[in-house]
Formats: sequence, C-alpha cells, structure tokens
Amino acid sequence: MEIFGIPLQAFLGQLVLGLVNGAFYAMLSLGLAVIFGLLDIVNFAHGALYMLGAFAAWILLDKFEVNFWFALILAPLIVGALGVVIERAFLKRLYGLDPLYGLLLTFGIALILEGVFRYMYGSSGQSYPVPELLGGATNLGFMVLPNYRAFVVVASLVVCLGTWFLIERTRLGAYLRAGTENAKLVQAFGVNVPVMVMLTYGAGAALAAMAGVLAAPIIQVSPLMGSNLIIVVFAVVVIGGMGSILGSVITGLGLGVIEGLTRVFYPEASNVVVFVVMVIVLIIRPAGLFGKEA
Amino acid sequence: MKLKTLVAAMAIGLGTVSAFAQSNSGPVRIGFITDMSSVYADIDGPAGGEMVKWAVQDFGGKVLGRPVEVLTADHQNKADVASSKAREWMDKDNLAMLVGGTNSGTALAMSKVASEKKRAFLVIGAGSARLTNEDCSPYTVHYAYDTVSLAKVAGKALIQAGNKTWYFLTADYAFGASLEGDATNVVKANGGTVVGSVKHPLNASDFSSFLLQAQGSKAQILAMANAGGDFTNAMKAAKEFGVTKTMKVAGLLVFINDVHSLGLSNTEGLQLADSWYWNQDDASRKFAKRFFEKYKRMPSSLQAADYSVTMNYLKAVQAAGTTESDRVLTALKGMKIDDFYNKGQIRADGRMIHDMYLFQVKGQKESTTPWDYYKMVTKVPGEQAFTTPAESKCAAAKK
Amino acid sequence: MQPNQTVRVTYLALLAFVLVAPFIGVYPVLVMKLLCFALFACAFNLLLGFTGLLSFGHAAFFGFSAYVTGYFIKSQGWPTELAVAAGVVVAAFIGLVFGLVAIRRQGIYFAMITLALAQMVFFICLQAPFTGGEDGLQGVPRGKLLGFIPLDSDMVMYYVMVAIFVGCFLGITRIVTSPYGQVLKMIRENEPRAISLGYEVDRYKLLAFVLSAALAGLAGSLKTLVMGFATLSDVHWSMSGEVILMSLLGGVGTFLGPVIGAGIVVALQDTLADKVGEWVTVIIGAIFVVCVLAFRKGVVGELHAWMERRRARA
Repeated sequence: MEIFGIPLQAFLGQLVLGLVNGAFYAMLSLGLAVIFGLLDIVNFAHGALYMLGAFAAWILLDKFEVNFWFALILAPLIVGALGVVIERAFLKRLYGLDPLYGLLLTFGIALILEGVFRYMYGSSGQSYPVPELLGGATNLGFMVLPNYRAFVVVASLVVCLGTWFLIERTRLGAYLRAGTENAKLVQAFGVNVPVMVMLTYGAGAALAAMAGVLAAPIIQVSPLMGSNLIIVVFAVVVIGGMGSILGSVITGLGLGVIEGLTRVFYPEASNVVVFVVMVIVLIIRPAGLFGKEA
Repeated sequence: MKLKTLVAAMAIGLGTVSAFAQSNSGPVRIGFITDMSSVYADIDGPAGGEMVKWAVQDFGGKVLGRPVEVLTADHQNKADVASSKAREWMDKDNLAMLVGGTNSGTALAMSKVASEKKRAFLVIGAGSARLTNEDCSPYTVHYAYDTVSLAKVAGKALIQAGNKTWYFLTADYAFGASLEGDATNVVKANGGTVVGSVKHPLNASDFSSFLLQAQGSKAQILAMANAGGDFTNAMKAAKEFGVTKTMKVAGLLVFINDVHSLGLSNTEGLQLADSWYWNQDDASRKFAKRFFEKYKRMPSSLQAADYSVTMNYLKAVQAAGTTESDRVLTALKGMKIDDFYNKGQIRADGRMIHDMYLFQVKGQKESTTPWDYYKMVTKVPGEQAFTTPAESKCAAAKK
Repeated sequence: MQPNQTVRVTYLALLAFVLVAPFIGVYPVLVMKLLCFALFACAFNLLLGFTGLLSFGHAAFFGFSAYVTGYFIKSQGWPTELAVAAGVVVAAFIGLVFGLVAIRRQGIYFAMITLALAQMVFFICLQAPFTGGEDGLQGVPRGKLLGFIPLDSDMVMYYVMVAIFVGCFLGITRIVTSPYGQVLKMIRENEPRAISLGYEVDRYKLLAFVLSAALAGLAGSLKTLVMGFATLSDVHWSMSGEVILMSLLGGVGTFLGPVIGAGIVVALQDTLADKVGEWVTVIIGAIFVVCVLAFRKGVVGELHAWMERRRARA
C-alpha cells in the first residue's frame, strides 16, 4: 500500500522518526521559550548551553566515570549554575533596554563559549556511548526503532509537561509570571524578584543542557553542535509564539514531523522548511500560533 | 577621445606602480593557508602548518643560501579571506610558494590568485578535481587526493569484490555531488548499479530518516558522499539503526581523525580510500611517532602530505637554482618523487600521480595499539586511480 | 572648534588618508575590501540606526547581488557597469519582497522574518547551478568600466572604489538629513505619534528597506569586482551577524560609525588570520560582549558623547 508514492511502512517509519526529532526540538525550544516568555531575553547563547550540557556529560564520563543517568542530573545543574553566573554578571545590566542588546550579548557569549571549546577539544567531536539500559532496538513492525530514541521522546515529553505545569499551574509559576509583568508590585508583596529572575535563566540554561545530554549518544559531541541548531530552535519558538510554552512544545513536535516528511519528498530542503513555515505562519498570525500580541 | 586617452594613460601609469615582480633575494617565503579553527582544523589545521615548518627545518632551514620562512593563516573557510591573504603575501611579502589547505572553494580562489601572480600553488587539503580539470593552471599542483581518485579507488575495488548494488547518501553541496557523480561513473563503468540516492542538507542534525530510506533500498553498499561532522553523525546513526548489519558502508571522504572520534565500535568494517596511513611502513611510522610525541594523536594523510610537498618543493628549488615559479615547477614536475608519503610524479596538468589505497577499519579485537585502525584491502596504482589524460578536461594533460 | 567644523575636518582628513594610502604602503586590496564592507554597514545602519529596524537577513542582499554581478560578467559577458546595476536592481527587488512581508511586524518578529527569508535566499543560492554551490562563482574578471577604464589594475580599481564609496556615503547623509530622513527619525522614536500625525508609516519604512537593500547590493557587487568571486559565505546568516557587529561597534545611528566598525572588524579578521587564527571567533564574541555592556554607543557614538560632555563642561 502506498501513500504519496512511498510504501506505507516507510511512511510510518518516517512519521515516527519525525516525532522523535520533534520531541527533541520541543525540549530544546522549551528553555528558550521560558527565558523569553518570562524574562524578555532573546537568548542566543542557548545553542552554546546545549553544547555545554553535552560536553559536561562527556567530560563526566571520560574523566570522572560518571554514567549517563547521573549526568542527566548533574550536567543541567552545572550548566544551570553557569547560567546564573551569566545572568548576574552580564544580563542583569541590560534589563529595561531594548531586547536587541540582550540578543547581541548572548550572541557574543555563544561565540566565546564555542571558540573556547573548539580550541580545547577540536572540531571533530567526541563519541558518547548509548547507556546500556537503553541499548538495542525494538521492532515496531514497520521499522526498527532504537530504544534510546524512544526514551528521548518519553523523557522530553515528561520534562516539557512538567515545566508547563510548573509555570502555568503552580504558585511559583504564578509569582514568576507576575514578576515579569510588574516587578515592583510583586516585590512589594515580599517576593524576591531578582533572585527569581536569576533562577529562571538558570533553569532555562539547565533545560538546554539536559537536551544536550540527551543528544550526546545520538550525535557527535562537538563544539559546533549548537550553532547548527540555534536558528531552527529560534524559528520554532517564534512560530509557536514567543510567550507561549505550550506553543513551542507543540510547534517543536509539529516541526519534527514536517521536517521528517520533507526528508522523504524533498530532502535537500529539510533544513530550510522551518523558515518557510515561519514566514507563512507569521503572515497569517503575526504573534505566532499561540502567542499574545504585545 | 582625448578624455579617454587621458584616462587610459592614467590607468596604465597607475598600473605600473603596482606591478610587483618576484624578487630573487631575501628570505624564501612559503605560505600555508587552511582552516585552523573550524570543521577541518583537526585533519589539517595548525598541525599541518607545523609539518610545513618541520620540512623546512629538516631541509636545513635554507635553500640557495637564503633562509626559508613559513607564514601561516586561517582562512576560516572563507574564500575572500584566503584569497586576500594569498594576494597580500604575494604582493607585499614576495611569497615564493603557497601550500593550500582544506576547503575546495578557498583552493579554487587561491588558484586564480596564484596563476595571476605567477606563483606556485601546491594544494593538499582540498579535494575538488576541478583544480586539475576545468580550473587547471600551470601554477597549480594538486598533490594529495581528489574526488575522482577517492571515487575510483573505493568504487572499483568494492565492485570487484562483488558489491554491485549501491545507494548514495550525499551531502547536498558541490563537493558531495561531485563525489557522488564520480563514484556513480565508476560504479556503472564496472558493471554495478546505483539503486538509489538521497541528498541531505549540509550540517543536518539527524540522519535517521535518510538511513531508513537507504535501508529500504536493500543495496549492498551504502556510500557516504559527505565528510566531517555529517559523516560522523551519519555513521553513528547507521550503527544505531542496524544499517551496518545489512549493508557495507563505504566512506568516500574519511580521515583517521573521523574514525578516532567515532571509535572502532562505530566504524568497524568501514571501507575508505586514502593516500597514506601512518602504520603502512617503517618510514611512515617514524614520521608518525614524531608527530605523536608533539600532538598526542597520529597524523592524517594531509598532514603527512604537507611535509612531503614542502620537502620536495625545496629540493626542486635547489635543482632549478632559483625560486622563480616557472622554473621551479618545471623541475618539480620533472622529479621522480619518492618519500615516506608517496612515490610517483607530477603530471603536466599539475596532478600528482601516486598510489591510492582502499582501507578497511579493524574491529576492536584486531586493533592492538592505539590508533591501529586500518588494514589495507587493495592498492590502486596511480594511473588507474586518478583522472586519465583521455578523461581530463585540462589541455595540459593531453600533451 | 565648532562641532560642524570638527566633523568636516575629520571627514577631509580621512578622505585625504584614503587617497594617499596606496602610496604610503597600505595594501590597496585590503582597503577596497574594507570600503565594500563599510558601504554594507552604512546601508545596514540606514535601516537600523535611522529607521529603527533590525534586520537579521541583510546578507541576502549583499550576497545575492554579488552572485548576480559575477554571473553577468563572467557567463554573459555583460559590461561591468551594467552587471553592477543588475546586482543593485535585483537586491532592491529582493528588498521589496522582504519588506512587504516583514514591515508589518515589530522588533524581534521583524528580525526573525528577515532571518527566515534570508535563509531561503541562502537555500536558493546553495541549489542554483549558476552560483557554483560550495565552490562559489570564481574567476570573475573586472572588465572595463564604461567601456574604457580598465579595472584589472588594483590601483585603478582602488580609486574607482573610493569614488563610488564617497558618492554613496554623501548620498546616505543626504537621505538622512532630508525631510524624508526626518520622518524616518520620527518613526524610529515614536511610531504611534507618526501614525497619529497622518504619515503612512509603512510606506516610509518600506522605502527605507528597499534603499538599504539596494545599497547593500551595491556593496556586494563591488566586492565581487574587487575579489573576483562570490561564495556562499556572502549569503550565510553569519554575514548578517557580522554587519550588525560592525554597526554596533562603530556606533548605530551615526554616519561614520559603521565605517569605523567595518574597518575594525575587517582589519581584525585579516590581521588575526595569521597570528591567532583559532581565536578569531572568541575575540569577536568578546568584542560583542564588551560593546553591549560598556560601549553601547559604539566608537563614534561614545566619541560624540565625550565631546558633548566636554563642551558642556567648558
């Protein structure tokens, strides 16, 4: 049986792979959406933080023999702490100014981080093994899916839903949302807004790092891994609507599927299809799919 | 009419002011421009520059009584940086010879500058066969490898071993396309068939989808017409999805650094073509040991070629008695070259003809020492490996 | 000295320096490359500094025009000035298309749309056979300007470049100081008010966008003439990032700022290429960071501010 000229089996296989990638995009854009949605910072360093997370996992394994499961917790903590430092040292000074400056600053930080790591580790990349528990593959009938990829989908969805719940449904999330709308008022109620902001950026960084750890067994851990992805992730967040966390999760998943299908029918364009979608969406819905118009 | 003449006269006058002739005194400067900081920095990069310097030192540091200086620069994979640096060195620093590093776009740009300024340009890192075909020049020598030889060696050897059906996973850019094109020609000429192919965008983040398509084709050989990060990510995914169990993977442009970064578990059984391997004989091992002591990794074929081409250039200068590029190149092309890197001769079109090899990556149990990755499958003599004079698109090859 | 006089003297001094530079040992090809990028940065600044719109896709105009000019000279044998004109017209057209799509959005959305559109242009350049893909469009001869001025000599090309650059620079200053430019300034500072005063804001912004695109295209065409090739790095998004850096470094919203910024970045890339090749990106990143934190007005902007403070004290 054929769909659009390719056998059903192959089609389903591509769909599943698309979802796997989509879950990954969703997780990566989550951190970006959190930072922009709550802090109004266009965090161009996100790709570099993702790379740091992957490298942290690799260094933890290589030098300290810390396995994947611990790395999944430790690496985000380490990178999150770095995020806090970045916020305190640099970003704090830019609040109130045009968001353009935040973009340029984080862009500069990304260049520095990537350059330093490239100097230290070269650009060929390092190999990170798939954790044993998740090795092997399952035969789904229409394709053989490596177990690790299935794990990535599950992990991403859990993290995404967890974050969404935290921000939209808990008191902490409410404080955060209120704090970004009217810092002084919230502060008057006794909530320490600057600390909250700092921790939020750290959390966003941690999310990027976690995505990096998840990516490490799949692709080579290389200093350039973030810069290839960063503009795609941005596109996902913009399409989803820059203030909306749910928006970027859904868009991430959707994009994974669209990209997957493009890879079958017009593979050369699979890197650019996200931009085509972005332009179309922004023409029809200027604030993105789920965004609120400023 | 008068205005035109005046302007023309001014132009000629200003033109002569800028005419910089090659000088035959002062230090002999050799330039080396490559990617020092990005994707190709490991296979060539700063270590390659150091190899040029080692060759100079080992030669004695001087030639024809003049000291030899080595200038290096990072072109950051930008053709305009490469070309302006080359131009500047030739105009201001009386550069005698330029060694060209990775990235075909930059090499083509530098080749144009070299032929305009009439200086020798010896290309190591770049692979485009255009350098000795459509874009050939009397001043450009293509020394190490090119896409045609990689395709011919891998293609022919694999087909003769019985692997008749091929599927290509190609990086969607000119280099990938020419690798695929050259390989397809070889496959067909030797009785094989190309069952299908798919083009992936450069720096694709995920290859699972393409590999699934490759698997579906049920071809015997999965040929990877890509390089660097794309190759390593595709290879890793191929192992992950079990493609390596049903198809033999042939990497059309793979260096030992790629194999090292993937590890033997991911690359066991991979077939690849290359011009040199550090462990192939005693002389090579000696060179490699010296490299290893400094860099804690084994040299790639490009780094070995950087050393070899510099050494042979200096010998040619000695033989010609001058640094003037025309005479040096005549001497260089007339030399029978024989060193640890290669044995052969440079053809009139600038193509160095030397043997190429098909290697296979060993399994973890077979590998006894660090970096002991390859075993040789076949050796292909130079005349068969490279573009033949009949196939060549360069007039000089036909003489 | 009066501020106007200081400015005029500075310009004249710079012009004098540029005119004699080849004779005092400065490498002319480097200066020409610098002038191309300076023009590119000035074109970009027209949009950012004077209209308040941050475009993240300017490389599309610069690079595509570079390809167009190269193609017409090399493959079609067109006379140099027509090929350059073709590049400019094509760039302006692309600018029109981009502008029509992007103008209605603000701030970061505007930037992202321009980025997305530029990525599509990049993709087209990657696929189209006439660009030569990764190898680039190589070996473009300079030809003869207006049929009789041979441009092959670096010196002749140099003075032609200087003339064109000075012309464009003066043109930009004219545009900015004209009534049209004043409206742009008003739009930048308070768009709602401009709308309430009855100005068709979108038209003004669109025109500014097209002008900026056309000038960026001219810079790209000239770069093809100077260097003799056009490659994918000309249309890559990192080129868009570089021009933003040049404007920021030099001083957004000033006239000389982008020129100085371009000068610094090009000089850095060139000199650092042979000394500390591996560190170029880190250094550029550090400059971004330092500029944004401490140096927001850029070199020229800070200089202006300093001179203002001195005058206020005096």
